[in-house]
Amino acid sequence: MTQLLSPQVQPPLGRSSRPRDAAFAGISRGSGIIVLFTMGAIGAFLLWKALPALRANTVPFLTSTQWFPDDPQPKFGIAALAFGTLLSSVIAMVIAVPVGLGVALYTSHYAPRRFAPTLGYVVDLLAAVPSIIFGLWGLQILMPNSIGLWRWFDQHLGFIPLFNNSQNIYTRSIALAAVVLAIMILPTVSAISREVFNQVPPGHIEAALALGATRWETMRTAVFPFARPGMVSAAMLGLGRALGETIAVALILSATFSINWHVTEPGGNTFAANIALKWNEAGNIGLGALIASGLVLYIITFAVNMAARVVVERRRDFSGAN
Amino acid sequence: MAKRIDVSDLNVYYGTFLAVEGVNLVVEPRAVTAFIGPSGCGKSTVLRTLNRMHEVTPGARIEGKILLDHENIYGPDIDPVNVRSTIGMVFQKPNPFPTMSIYGNVVAGIKLKKRTKKSELDDVVESSLRGANLWEEVKDRLDRPGSVLSGGQQQRLCIARAIAIQPQVLLMDEPCSALDPISTLAIEELIHELKQQYTIVIVTHNMQQAARVSDTTAFFNIAGTGKPGKLIEMNTTANIFGSPSEKATEDYISGRFG
Repeated sequence: MTQLLSPQVQPPLGRSSRPRDAAFAGISRGSGIIVLFTMGAIGAFLLWKALPALRANTVPFLTSTQWFPDDPQPKFGIAALAFGTLLSSVIAMVIAVPVGLGVALYTSHYAPRRFAPTLGYVVDLLAAVPSIIFGLWGLQILMPNSIGLWRWFDQHLGFIPLFNNSQNIYTRSIALAAVVLAIMILPTVSAISREVFNQVPPGHIEAALALGATRWETMRTAVFPFARPGMVSAAMLGLGRALGETIAVALILSATFSINWHVTEPGGNTFAANIALKWNEAGNIGLGALIASGLVLYIITFAVNMAARVVVERRRDFSGAN
Repeated sequence: MAKRIDVSDLNVYYGTFLAVEGVNLVVEPRAVTAFIGPSGCGKSTVLRTLNRMHEVTPGARIEGKILLDHENIYGPDIDPVNVRSTIGMVFQKPNPFPTMSIYGNVVAGIKLKKRTKKSELDDVVESSLRGANLWEEVKDRLDRPGSVLSGGQQQRLCIARAIAIQPQVLLMDEPCSALDPISTLAIEELIHELKQQYTIVIVTHNMQQAARVSDTTAFFNIAGTGKPGKLIEMNTTANIFGSPSEKATEDYISGRFG
């Protein structure tokens, strides 16, 4: 053995301080604490700003559909806002999740090799388009051109209350806002689920094929079960964006404070759009009322994410993570 | 239940790259045929052409003919999906479906083909797991995920999954290379039992293993990087290891290279 390789330098075996390790541990711990602190601080801030308005309110905050916070007798409630927000987001999800998963599946497992990355980039680019552009497009292009579609729904599926339109006006509706929202969250859903589809170990796909699975059966046997937690996360992130989307919805909806299941009729409102539209004209109590509605949106988003976590955690043993 | 495989003039390509050239060989039913050879010689590639798994890789294709009894599995009217359910495969790395239970893994192949009654599935699960020498170890926890098993148990679970659909042939691609010696022994004993009913082809890096489990051995070799792999010699295992007719075979099995 050469001199160079023989054991010469004896490192001391006792404990030694490692400043870089300590610094790194401190930074990561600090980052974690800051996130938790920020979340808590936002909630506390909203509550603190909202409390005076909530005290002055003369109608039930959760169930009322009125919005007159700056009256001498302040009256405001979030029922219509919650209804519009949830309904538009749910419709957007119903459209965007299947399409987004389809796009993701196509780009990850079906598209020709040369073509797939390009398609992936285009979908990702869609996520980078500012929401005001989607709003303008919805208002200027989609709205005038979709009237025929909504009328068709009314005439042929009008027996379903959701598609019934008693006003015969088919613009500035929840349905239109939901379609725009769906297009906006589509890239989120599709990009995330594409990543998880791509992460499915080739061994599982080969195992399914070797058992005589067709391409679709391979997806069902090996790809979807493995990607399920990721698919849920993708849908929930999309839902989060839809719930909080402001400007596109504010442009499209003609704001009303009512609970109307006829989704193709004009009207409806959402938390975020209402805050954007009312903020400048709001008085003291009005601002507090808007912040209170923001607090509710915050809690709803939180609850949605927690629910998604529960769904993912429930079958942890079978996740393939171990 | 067991069929014979007859490979003639097989050339295997990845895109334009010729990976294996001019293979002619016969795999006898109810016997174990071992493919041995150095890394990159194309033995796994040839194995994967036998159940049309090779073409799953983009750009991969073959020339030549592979007969299962008298039917060309590369014939124009042949559905590769049906070929793969007739010729089962076990992979190098144990790959039970992590999202399925032990029970679910065994019946995964059957469920693809037809709706089957629960009682029938129960029977298949028991007989397949018994066939894979795993039943006693897992019978009380069939609902647990396959991933809780040890590596050797997982590989036997994969064998159970493969034989549950009652294939004619079982292909094994280095099934023991990720396992410890005791698990390897368990799998080798299992191969001995399985050959009563199945045609078995096993690729192995381990020459002792080939000598222990196989009846016939095929030695593949490669002339150099970028050159195609070739079948050098095929004979009874006793002859390959006792008196090989090619110098290259002798060099390889005596450990002079590879």
